[in-house]
Amino acid sequence: MALFDQRPAYAHEPTVAPIEHRFSPYSDNGGTILAIAGADFAVIAGDTRQSEGYSIQTRYARKVWQLTDNATLATNGFAADGKNFVKRVKQRLEWYEHAHHKPMGLKAIARMIQTMLYGRRFFPYYVYNILGGIEEDGTGAVYSFDPVGSYEREACRAAGAAQSLVQPFLDNQIYFKNQTPAPGAEAFVPGRLPMATVLGLVVDSFTSATERHIEVGDGLEMYVVMKEGRQTTDLTDEGQLPAGMKVEELGSMGEGRGEKTFLVSMPLKRD
Amino acid sequence: MNAVLQSLQPPARHTNEDEEDAWGYGNLDQRGGVRGMMVPRVPDPAAFLNLHTDSISSNPAAKIKLAHGTTTLAFRFKGGIIVAVDSRATAGSYIASGTVKKVIEINPYLLGTMAGGAADCQYWETYLGMQCRLHELRNKERISVAAASKILSNIVYQYKGMGLSMGTMICGWDKTGPALFYVDSDGSRLKGDLFSVGSGSTFAYGVLDQGYSYDLSDEEAQELGRRSIIAAGHRDAFSGNTCNLFHVRENGWEFIANYDVNELWYEYEAKKKAGASQAQAQKDEGMAVE
Repeated sequence: MALFDQRPAYAHEPTVAPIEHRFSPYSDNGGTILAIAGADFAVIAGDTRQSEGYSIQTRYARKVWQLTDNATLATNGFAADGKNFVKRVKQRLEWYEHAHHKPMGLKAIARMIQTMLYGRRFFPYYVYNILGGIEEDGTGAVYSFDPVGSYEREACRAAGAAQSLVQPFLDNQIYFKNQTPAPGAEAFVPGRLPMATVLGLVVDSFTSATERHIEVGDGLEMYVVMKEGRQTTDLTDEGQLPAGMKVEELGSMGEGRGEKTFLVSMPLKRD
Repeated sequence: MNAVLQSLQPPARHTNEDEEDAWGYGNLDQRGGVRGMMVPRVPDPAAFLNLHTDSISSNPAAKIKLAHGTTTLAFRFKGGIIVAVDSRATAGSYIASGTVKKVIEINPYLLGTMAGGAADCQYWETYLGMQCRLHELRNKERISVAAASKILSNIVYQYKGMGLSMGTMICGWDKTGPALFYVDSDGSRLKGDLFSVGSGSTFAYGVLDQGYSYDLSDEEAQELGRRSIIAAGHRDAFSGNTCNLFHVRENGWEFIANYDVNELWYEYEAKKKAGASQAQAQKDEGMAVE
C-alpha cells in the first residue's frame, strides 16, 4: 500500500485562488462618426483610426459603409460588432432585393436596423449606428440609433469618442442654436445648407476633434450621397471642396433612381 | 441502411435560434409572434446585461449607454385626454438628444408615452400598433384602450426580471370614452385619471395636482399640461429642451404644438412679474382712495 502513502504532488494543495469567470465580450475601439442631411444630399463621415486603450491598432479601419445607391451606414463603438452588424444588414438588403426586385428604401432600412438591434436586446451589439442617404421623396436624411434600436430622423448627429466635442459645434452651425439672425435678416431654417458649406463643417469637426481627442485621427472618409440629377461637378468644381481632397465616384450598386455616392477622403493628423 | 433511413427522414429544419433568417417581419416569425431574442449563454443573462449596460441606471460605469431621463404626463378630463412630454434624452450627464419624440403614435386613436428605455418603449409600442391593427381586421372594430394596454402589459410581463425598462401611459378614446392606463415593465397596469412618469414626475405632479379638475376647458387643460412640463423641465436636470403637447378627442388624437421649455419659462416669469406689478399698482390705488 506504499503506493497510496503519499498523494500525488498535484493533489497536495487544492486551488484556493479565486478564478474570475466573467464573460466580457466588449471592447471600445474609439473613433468618431458624423452625418449631416442637406435638402437633397447627405454626408456620412468617419475617421479611420482604430484603437484599444492607448494603443492604435490600425490607422485605416473603415467605419462608413455604402449599403445601396441611396443609403450609407456609419458604425461606431466595438469594431468587431460593427463589422458583423454591417455584414448582416447587407445580407438582409440582398435578400430583400431578391424577394422584391428593388432596393430597400431608406426609411425601411432604418426600421429594419431597429428590429435587428432590438433582436439583440439582451445581448446587445455595442454599436452606435448613423444611417444617412436619400429618402423616397428625394430629401436628404439622417437616422441615428442607440445600441438597442431606438431611432429618430434628425438633421445631423455625431457619435463616438468625440461626440461631446463635435455635437455642440453642429448644434450651433446646423441647428443655429444660440444664434440670432441679424436685424431684418431671414429666420434660420435648419437642413438647407449648401453642400460646400456642409463639407467644410465636416472637415472642421474632424480636424478639431483630432486636435483634442487622442482616439480620433489618421484619416477622414466622407460619403456624399446626392439626389438624382445632381452633377458630379457640384462636388468637383473649384471652391466646392477644401484643398487636399481625394474624390472617388462609387459606381451604382443596382437599379436605383440614379442617386450618386462619392467618397471624399483626406488625411488627418497621425500623432 | 443509415443512408436509407436518412433519406426517409423529413428534411432537417434549420433550428439555430441565434441565426436570423429571411422570412418573417423583423424579429417576427411567420405567424406574427416575436421570435426568441438572442440571449448570452451565461448563468445569469440579466446580470450580464446589467454589467455592460446602464439599462436601469444602476451601473453608470457601463460601456453601453442607453437613453434615459424623462418627464411625461397624461390626464383625463371632460374634453378628452391631454398628453404632454419633454424631449430630452440623457446618457449619464451628457444630453444625448434634445429632440426625442416621447409620444409614440400607435394608431390614429392611440398614443403611448416613452419613459425608461427608449428602445423598449419604441419597439414594443410599435409592435402593439401591429397587434391593434390585427384586432381590427379580425373583429371588425377598434380595440379598446383597456385591451390594448393589456396586450402591452402581458408582453413586458413575460420578460420580467430580464432588464426591460419602460414606464408608459396608453391613452385613447374608445366606446367607454376617454381612457388612460399606466403600464410599466414591472408588470403594473393601472387605470386612472392622472399620471406622470419619469425623473421629473414629482415636479410635474406638483403643478398638475394644484390645477387639475375633470371639468377643465380644452384651453385650460392644454395649458395645465404644458405648464407642468415646463416646471419639470426647469427643476429636473434630466428633463427639458422642448415640450410636445397632444390632445386626444373622440375622433382621434391631435398634435397641438412643440414648445421650447427655456423660452416658455421666461414667458411665464415675465407674466408673473407683470401680474405682480399690476396687483401692486391696484393696491396702491386702493390705498390712495382710502
